[in-house]
Amino acid sequence: MAFLDKHKSIETHATLLAVLSLVVVVIGGVVEIAPLFYIQNTIEKVEGVRPYTPLELAGRDIYIREGCYVCHSQMIRPMRDEVERYGHYSLAAESMYDHPFQWGSKRTGPDLARVGGRYSDAWHVDHLTNPQAVVPESVMPKYSYLLRAQIDGKHIAQIMSTHAMVGVPYTSEMIEAAVEDFKAQANPDGDTSGLEARYSRVTLSNYDGQPDLTEMDALIAYLQVLGTMVDFSTFQPDPTR
Amino acid sequence: MFAKQITKNSRTKAQVETTGHIWDGVQELNNPLPRWWVWVLYLTIIWGIGYTIAYPAWPMISGATQGILGPQERAAVAAEIDRFDSANGDIKAALIAAPLADIPADEALKAYAIPAGASVFKNNCATCHGSGAAGVQGKGYPNLLDNDWLWGGDMEAIHTTLTHGIRNATDPDARYSQMPKFGADGLLEPAQIAGVVEHVLKISGQDHDAALASAGATVFTENCVACHTEAGTGDRAQGAPNLTDAIWLYGGTRETITNTVINARFGVMPAWAGRLPEDEIRAVASYVHSLGGGEAAPSPAP
Repeated sequence: MAFLDKHKSIETHATLLAVLSLVVVVIGGVVEIAPLFYIQNTIEKVEGVRPYTPLELAGRDIYIREGCYVCHSQMIRPMRDEVERYGHYSLAAESMYDHPFQWGSKRTGPDLARVGGRYSDAWHVDHLTNPQAVVPESVMPKYSYLLRAQIDGKHIAQIMSTHAMVGVPYTSEMIEAAVEDFKAQANPDGDTSGLEARYSRVTLSNYDGQPDLTEMDALIAYLQVLGTMVDFSTFQPDPTR
Repeated sequence: MFAKQITKNSRTKAQVETTGHIWDGVQELNNPLPRWWVWVLYLTIIWGIGYTIAYPAWPMISGATQGILGPQERAAVAAEIDRFDSANGDIKAALIAAPLADIPADEALKAYAIPAGASVFKNNCATCHGSGAAGVQGKGYPNLLDNDWLWGGDMEAIHTTLTHGIRNATDPDARYSQMPKFGADGLLEPAQIAGVVEHVLKISGQDHDAALASAGATVFTENCVACHTEAGTGDRAQGAPNLTDAIWLYGGTRETITNTVINARFGVMPAWAGRLPEDEIRAVASYVHSLGGGEAAPSPAP
């Protein structure tokens, strides 16, 4: 076994061992990571997934800031109990514009991947303000201060540009109209034609029921879009996965 | 005894080759790996190769290899759900086929629909209506245990409410009505609002200011009777609540009624068609109907 005898010379030379270890790790990386960038079936093509509107994107940042992900995941796994409880299992495409994604399986609270449209806006306000008022068994903290935190979308265009840099297809028109769209979504009585032309199937509502635009509006706008982009009545799962 | 051990070890050490590393007299022996460990290593390598042949694994130019057994998860979950659906297939089909009004009288259907509906209720409806279906008093989430119904309490009405929801923006057939914001939109003067509130307190049998209430009765007749009726008993066709009983969706105190008249209320319920299959909607309808307030179907018009 001359081959095994040579192994000794690798193990007894630190530099050679380090260089060859690196070569092995690089081979593993190339095989496992690189294909994700060119293989076409990495993300199954699905109709309907669009980038978040400016208000939804702001709501997503509030979701992350408040640490909602610590208790709530956004990933319905392909298992009967999860599909029966939460709805169709999540598809990779549904979180392809999420940076970072919100997958997980730690469920102190229920999974939120398909919470959009499941409850009314008023319920979300009541629940976020004081969860125990509507769900006495809940252990969720209160987020009533979101109702008092006013927002104006000052930085939303820059945030959208940053997302565009990592591949979210925000057009320059979307970024230019960011503040306008940001305010339009929570004002269904105003002119929402531009917003609706730029983003498909968008919910329009004065989410928090107050005249001011608050963090509550943004967070509920985000929650109400979760899992609603894909029309599962027409979706055909790709059998090769 | 220890001495003996040490002597034995020293003897063994002398027989085994060292790696040649010696520091401060401590030398590294070059013992072979345990036989069982080496074989486990070889077996995992063989198992790994077999796994990548059996299941999707190796990335190629346009996609990954599919493996002999192919991808499993989606088919597995579909088969698993199908297994349970088909086990209940007959009773589900019977539930869908039965006329809604007949379900409460059919013991066989009820035996399935009520427990099934209860579990669907706990997953989907309890968040607003409470895990015991008692609603949330004063917050606008109706109690489903009593016989006070906003949009009707027979099977047909409950089923319609579940299918299309109430005042949502997603279902064009959702039940819809909208109370005007009498105060916020300036439809009534503050004095008129104070009067109409006293009138509502009066017809619901609460303490009230009689003088204000009699002035408020006129305001009520001019503004409220189209939905709440002359007597204030409400109109289920419009989801207008009965104002003469002690059941209040948003509270029946002077303050909350005033707030309701000024800002109006706009309770929303999502549409469940599309989210729940028809058999589950019917099961929930049966469950809600069975909770205590379920009404018989109205007798057909002669």
